Amino acid sequence: MTTPVPVSTPSQSLPNPLPRPPGELELLEQVWRRPRGIRSLTVVNNNHIGVLYIGTALLFFVLAGVLALLMRAQLAVPESGLISHELYNQLFTMHGTVMMFLFAVPAVEAVAVLLLPNMLGARDLPFPRLSAYAYWAYAVGGVVFFCSLFAGLAPDGGWFMYPPLTSTQYSPAVNADLWLLGIGFIEISAIAGAVELAVGILRTRAPGMSLEKMPIFAWVMLVFSGMVIVAFPAVIVATALLELERAFDMPFFIAERGGDPLLWQHLFWFFGHPEVYIIFLPAAGMVSMIIPAMTGTPLVGYRLVVLAIIGTAFLSFGLWVHHMYATGIPPLSLSFASAASMAVSIPTAIQVFAWIATIAAAVRLRPVKTPMLFILGFFFIFILGGLTGVMVAVIPFDMQVHDTYFIVAHLHYVLFGGMVFPLFAAFYYWMPFVSTRALSERLGRWAFWLMFVGFNVAFFPMHLTGLAGMPRRVYTYAESQGWGALNMVSTVGAYLIGAGVLVFLWDLARNFRPSSEHNAGNVWNAGTLEWLPSANYGLRSIPVVTTRDPLWDQPGIDDDVAAGRYFLPNAPAGLRSTLVTNALDARPEYVLPLPGPGWSPFVAALGTAGFFLLLTFKLTLPAGVCGVLAIAAIWRWLWDSDSAPDIPPVSIGAGIRLPMGCSGRASHAWWAMMMLIIVCLSIFGALIFAYLFLWVTSPEVWPSAAALVPLAWPGLSAVLLVGACAVAIHAARKLSQGGVGALKGYLPFGMVLLIAASALDLYAYWQQGLRPQESAYAAVVFALIGLQATFTVLTCLMGIFTVARVLAGRLSAARRACVDSTLIIWHYTVAQGLISLGIIHGFPRLAAG
Amino acid sequence: MAVLERKFRTWAGYGACSTMSPCYLPADSAYYMPGAAYFSVFAVWSALMWPSLARAQSARGGQPSSEAATRTSEIGDVLFAGAAVIFVAMVVLIVFAALGPGRIRQRLSHPAIIYFAGIAFPVVVLTVLLSYTLGVPGSMKREAASRLQVEVVGEIWWWRVRYLDASGSLWFETANEIRIPAGVPVDMVLKSDNVIHSFWAAELGGKLDMIPGHVNRMTVQVEEPGVFQGVCAEYCGAQQAKMRFSVHALAPAAFDAWAAGQRQPARETGPALQPGAERFVQACAACHTVRGTAAAGTSGPDLTHVGSRSSLAAGTLPNNVGALAGWIAASQRIKPGNPMPSFDRWSGEELRAVATYLQSLK
Repeated sequence: MTTPVPVSTPSQSLPNPLPRPPGELELLEQVWRRPRGIRSLTVVNNNHIGVLYIGTALLFFVLAGVLALLMRAQLAVPESGLISHELYNQLFTMHGTVMMFLFAVPAVEAVAVLLLPNMLGARDLPFPRLSAYAYWAYAVGGVVFFCSLFAGLAPDGGWFMYPPLTSTQYSPAVNADLWLLGIGFIEISAIAGAVELAVGILRTRAPGMSLEKMPIFAWVMLVFSGMVIVAFPAVIVATALLELERAFDMPFFIAERGGDPLLWQHLFWFFGHPEVYIIFLPAAGMVSMIIPAMTGTPLVGYRLVVLAIIGTAFLSFGLWVHHMYATGIPPLSLSFASAASMAVSIPTAIQVFAWIATIAAAVRLRPVKTPMLFILGFFFIFILGGLTGVMVAVIPFDMQVHDTYFIVAHLHYVLFGGMVFPLFAAFYYWMPFVSTRALSERLGRWAFWLMFVGFNVAFFPMHLTGLAGMPRRVYTYAESQGWGALNMVSTVGAYLIGAGVLVFLWDLARNFRPSSEHNAGNVWNAGTLEWLPSANYGLRSIPVVTTRDPLWDQPGIDDDVAAGRYFLPNAPAGLRSTLVTNALDARPEYVLPLPGPGWSPFVAALGTAGFFLLLTFKLTLPAGVCGVLAIAAIWRWLWDSDSAPDIPPVSIGAGIRLPMGCSGRASHAWWAMMMLIIVCLSIFGALIFAYLFLWVTSPEVWPSAAALVPLAWPGLSAVLLVGACAVAIHAARKLSQGGVGALKGYLPFGMVLLIAASALDLYAYWQQGLRPQESAYAAVVFALIGLQATFTVLTCLMGIFTVARVLAGRLSAARRACVDSTLIIWHYTVAQGLISLGIIHGFPRLAAG
Repeated sequence: MAVLERKFRTWAGYGACSTMSPCYLPADSAYYMPGAAYFSVFAVWSALMWPSLARAQSARGGQPSSEAATRTSEIGDVLFAGAAVIFVAMVVLIVFAALGPGRIRQRLSHPAIIYFAGIAFPVVVLTVLLSYTLGVPGSMKREAASRLQVEVVGEIWWWRVRYLDASGSLWFETANEIRIPAGVPVDMVLKSDNVIHSFWAAELGGKLDMIPGHVNRMTVQVEEPGVFQGVCAEYCGAQQAKMRFSVHALAPAAFDAWAAGQRQPARETGPALQPGAERFVQACAACHTVRGTAAAGTSGPDLTHVGSRSSLAAGTLPNNVGALAGWIAASQRIKPGNPMPSFDRWSGEELRAVATYLQSLK
């Protein structure tokens, strides 16, 4: 396993000799064959899921764009009666929500799902059924959510859904619940995708592709995943709290009972600001891939660009307050936010100049092809947006332009310029990878110029409209306010953008012929691995990489890969598989068996979507049925994992024999669980923030020491939790010694302890008479208890599953990924429970005394 | 072999799809086209931008009329000038990087440009900018020892305006229109007990939100008498678009006279207006107040001196008998969803009587 990897120069030193054994390629093709007909719904291969995913994201882009065109039609003239205020408020809410949640983040995740495995030299992502599940949940949930417009049930509180406007009193109808529950679970799908991408980038790279040799797009998606893992839980907590307030009258945001509307704003923008960098950074990564390919020269300043990406990610978490300048926050916070908001432009400037330097170093640039044209458009628009961004970082200036059309202009310049233009560049650039034909240059130019001119005609005047005093989100305006001419110009521009997108769609219809087997190939003469000849199975053999642009620096690599001279040119044991390598320097570590097509991800996604959407309409029984269906499907899917019969180690070439699958800390599953723990920590952290924030703003609703539950209660809970932890550790030790059967007793016992601890927690407050509706304090205490209960239930479900596997003989001392994963969540639940007890029972005593 | 076939297919695709071939565009036009395109687009935009900026100034309805607003306007000019200069420089740089002579392109391709232009330059510029701009915010929120406190409470699509006396208790209440003395600082105390609103009169300064559970304070000092328009700048529901207010700055003596008048209860109604007054008390007292009569409802605007206001329905309608009658009869059609019902069953005489009565309350 620690055999050094041979460097490939002359073909004799390549891992696998020719000729390849007969039937090897046929078996590989057969194992990776795409299902046909109705079974197409069962695909899990990233090539196919990726195309579906991008297509669905593009669909939402077009739909949300149509909503924008309707809005612009209404605003073209003053006091227009075209669209009622009810419909308009739904339109602008849905435009923002669909663009941000159903288009922007899924589109960049989709491009990564499609491209990253090939770019890294892997055959597929490490959890193909998870990405299939994430896709179908997103697609089904998103479409149903969008269709709420046709029923007049679309949310109308703005994409940011500020309470108290979205509290029950001012938004009594189900529209707001649709947003909260619908978007909430789509976020879960995004987090699942992010965890998978991170594990894939860290562990399934081609041998020799150390971190320093990774394509920039891989770096960017790694950072993206980290940001999603930390930022998205904040909005999940916020939506959960608002939904609890609406459904159970728990006053987190109701001022009369100690709540605070600003709590929502902090939680939402802690997610919301990193969100825009989550959207922008992958697009910047695409730019970093496209420019070198179109100019024929490697990226100048690779290391600086990587540092800039990481720097942007860290800085972006400190800026959220700049969305709240007008809320009356203290001057010190204002100054800090202003400084940080300006500082974040520096890493972006680093990237921009790296790109300019690369263009200056170009070996071939003319004639300027469509991808490069979109990149040039990106520069123009995004730089202008970045400059207005620095302007609005300045506090007195922002106090004037906040919540006006100036901000609408700024955000569209950075988002449309910074993400949509690179995305269209990416469509034109990577089309030969997924299609038998590239897109048309002529139509591409038409699309570009219409979109570019249309965009500037639409959005540049909005700077002026905002300075002239027009606030955001108004459904009409008076003639006397003098904004009519500017709005008319903006409307014309918007329709030009629409025309440009139509030209693009026409180009797609004419030229896009999806194919993994017979794609158009490396028409750009680019240097990265995704341009190697590939098929459903990705690469015929997994290459050894020695530079950042292997196709430029390793001559003959495409022939050698396609002939099967590199690693793993086959399908060992007749299974789909890929190579798992070390995170730092990409030494091969084991072969990962991958699942083939199956119904369970699709069914689980339908069940999950059904559960959340039916719950929105308070149809609890059908929702419950869907929930059970989802759990059953997930059970079925997990039942097959880690249960390959003991296959002897596999030869991948060059005399290296690797195990099939892996347990313990080196396994990809363990890494995924660790990332999931970070997600859980982020959720818990957000809830603790809510607790402390509410205490700061409403200390009067916090109990005096006398009113607190006696310490005996949390003491007993803590003992039970520690006991559960001890039971788990003991069971794991027994398992290592070979005693699988011990799990049958220990785990259920431990689960009882966990349940008892959680129930005791709840009962301690209930018997004291505390009810969650009383005050914000009560609400947040019950929220913490509820979170602990949720984790207890999750742990118990995993425990039951583990015991079932023991009973079925699918678990052993060697094949123990199931137990390991369960115990990770188990220990986390115990730790969260102990900290939770400390906060709920300890903090008020500390604060009072 | 399959790989060679693939290579052939690639080459064939490249040549057959002729737009992809490097020979498609003649070398010279391709050479200049992107640069020319960039410059022409930018030139067109420059040409459009400057007159539009001037128009925006006038569209704003006036010049910055307070010290804070003036300073912000200056900062805005500096920001615009700086951004324009940097933007032009960036465009020029990109054009040179793509099309410039070999020597310049070689210079630009050196990693040093990233350190200089991407790190050093922004750090210097932003540091200077930050120090220049950080001085201002305090002046907008500092609690000056001001003579006058005006509490503005955001309601569902109108503004409750309560003037406070020196001890902080209520002096008198009005709605949707704020009159202040010019030349002295005035404290705006901003509140809401329903949803979040935002108080913004652009010519007077920045905006500040009105958040349930919080009290925000803003000091406004208008130098010269004038009338300034304001809007609600935070999405607060269906009719945010029609929630406007006006600020009238008066010479101090005029302000004192106005305030004294506002403190008085409603003027006596002559016999001609009695029927209207009675109908009003009958139908409207539950929500509206007219001091000096039996009407003492507080969920709607105070109407004691409604006749002297510059507009109705929070800046939606002009203030005359016809508009007022129309509002009473059909408020749901003018501002759908607002808390006042349409009194569409009333006869024309009733409407006229009540409207005339209210107009008399100057």
